[in-house]
Amino acid sequence: MDFDAMRDAFPKLIAAVPTTLTLAAVSLCLGFGLAVPLALMRVSKSRLLSGLAYAYVYVIRSTPLLVQMFLIYYGSGQFRAFFEAAGLWVLFRDAWFCAILALTLSTAAYSTEIIRGAIQAVPLGQVEAARAVGMSGVLQFRRVVFPIAMRLALPAYGNEIILMVKSTSLASTITIVEVTGVAKQIISNTFQPVEVFVIAGAIYLSINFIVSRAVTVTEIWLNPHLRTERAIRSTTAAAIH
Amino acid sequence: MKIFKINAMVAILSGAACVGGQAVAKDYKNISIATEASYAPFDYKDAGGNLMGFDIDLGKDLCSRMKVECTVVEQAWDGIIPSLVAGRYDVILAAMDIQPAREKIISFTQPYIRTPIRFIAPAGSPLLEFKSDLDSLALDDVSPEERAALDKLGEALKGKKVGVQVSTTTESFMKELLPNVELASYDTADNMILDLNSGRIDASLSSLARLKPLTEKPEGKNLKIFGPNMTGGPFGKGTGIGVRKEDEQLREMFNKAIAEAIADGTMKNLSMKWFGYDATPLN
Repeated sequence: MDFDAMRDAFPKLIAAVPTTLTLAAVSLCLGFGLAVPLALMRVSKSRLLSGLAYAYVYVIRSTPLLVQMFLIYYGSGQFRAFFEAAGLWVLFRDAWFCAILALTLSTAAYSTEIIRGAIQAVPLGQVEAARAVGMSGVLQFRRVVFPIAMRLALPAYGNEIILMVKSTSLASTITIVEVTGVAKQIISNTFQPVEVFVIAGAIYLSINFIVSRAVTVTEIWLNPHLRTERAIRSTTAAAIH
Repeated sequence: MKIFKINAMVAILSGAACVGGQAVAKDYKNISIATEASYAPFDYKDAGGNLMGFDIDLGKDLCSRMKVECTVVEQAWDGIIPSLVAGRYDVILAAMDIQPAREKIISFTQPYIRTPIRFIAPAGSPLLEFKSDLDSLALDDVSPEERAALDKLGEALKGKKVGVQVSTTTESFMKELLPNVELASYDTADNMILDLNSGRIDASLSSLARLKPLTEKPEGKNLKIFGPNMTGGPFGKGTGIGVRKEDEQLREMFNKAIAEAIADGTMKNLSMKWFGYDATPLN
């Protein structure tokens, strides 16, 4: 282990963390925005809507993200004339757009299923209570079903956030220089993959440590009725960290 | 479990013996050769998935000269040197230029070909009108005239995006000598050419031995070569075969075989076949 090489690599890799975080944050936000309506389509009584949403989830979930990213990036390049005619080439020319599109489509598919499951897991009694006090369908969803579903979805969605932070590393294959991309560039000059990847791994580990803590804290905050002595203690501990 | 442990012990002990012991003359019977398979016409795969190219033909020729059995394995470019050092194969035969940063880690045979580096851009690009004051730049030590020519090149590339393959001499060249030009890094040269054709990057650079045949193929018919012939400095001392530093005997075997192949004209024939011109090193 060459500690000098690790020390040299560290600041360069840290400088790429904002790129990784931007990729993850933007695609998670957009993906969540897509996932909520898609989940509603999945639980809708309309066969057509539910079928369309399921087809989307099925296709995206069953193909590797790397393949999707290559298809979007190199596929759009190959059919440039078509994309130009449609006025979309300005978007697809940019590697950032392609990476965020691929990541967004992917997280939207997984999140759709997480939210769909959570909506269906909302206890019927709660929905009936809302109906009993005369809430309209929309109000029921906004005040009762959606908030409860979000609580239920959080542990699984926390997983999804962590997976997305790691998936951003695939963007390095389409010329975006995030943490993994910088790691590859450093290795190209030093030929010391172990040292550099150990640091890169530690950076992902630290990011995901913070993410998982944040998810835990949010979970406890959203579920006051489930708090126990122990949970409260671990919240305060997490807050101090 | 027990057997495994014993095997592991033996492996560790014999490993230690190898490291500690003096260099024993090794009898090479099987040599495994790593290539990238994504850098036509040096090494690539045909439609049937068979490895093809100048390097593959040369490997066969050299192995028959050395009277050894050779197996060719594929290895992604960005890990090709670390995996050689780790002992996953014995030599790298993958259009690798002999360059100082690499020579710190591994050693090279004598160059088997030497070709200049040129730029390439799509037809119709304003870059193709660029005229260099010097036709060729030998970059071992950059003279003031050469620096001026490089500056002029940098000026022409201002605001343009240049594609390089990660971990190559072209990447080092751009970073060292034209640091103000925006770069895009690619994992393979094939992906880089796709983006050059689609217009995501404005230019790229590579060895003439690769570019000349490329412009004659369908995927490169819209691309034109421009700029000075560049050699030396970051581009190194020609293209060689990489071996581990401790395998001096293997390096000598390859050196001898390369010298024979150059002397009897095999290298020239292979060069004409794959590159369309003679890229044999002069000395």
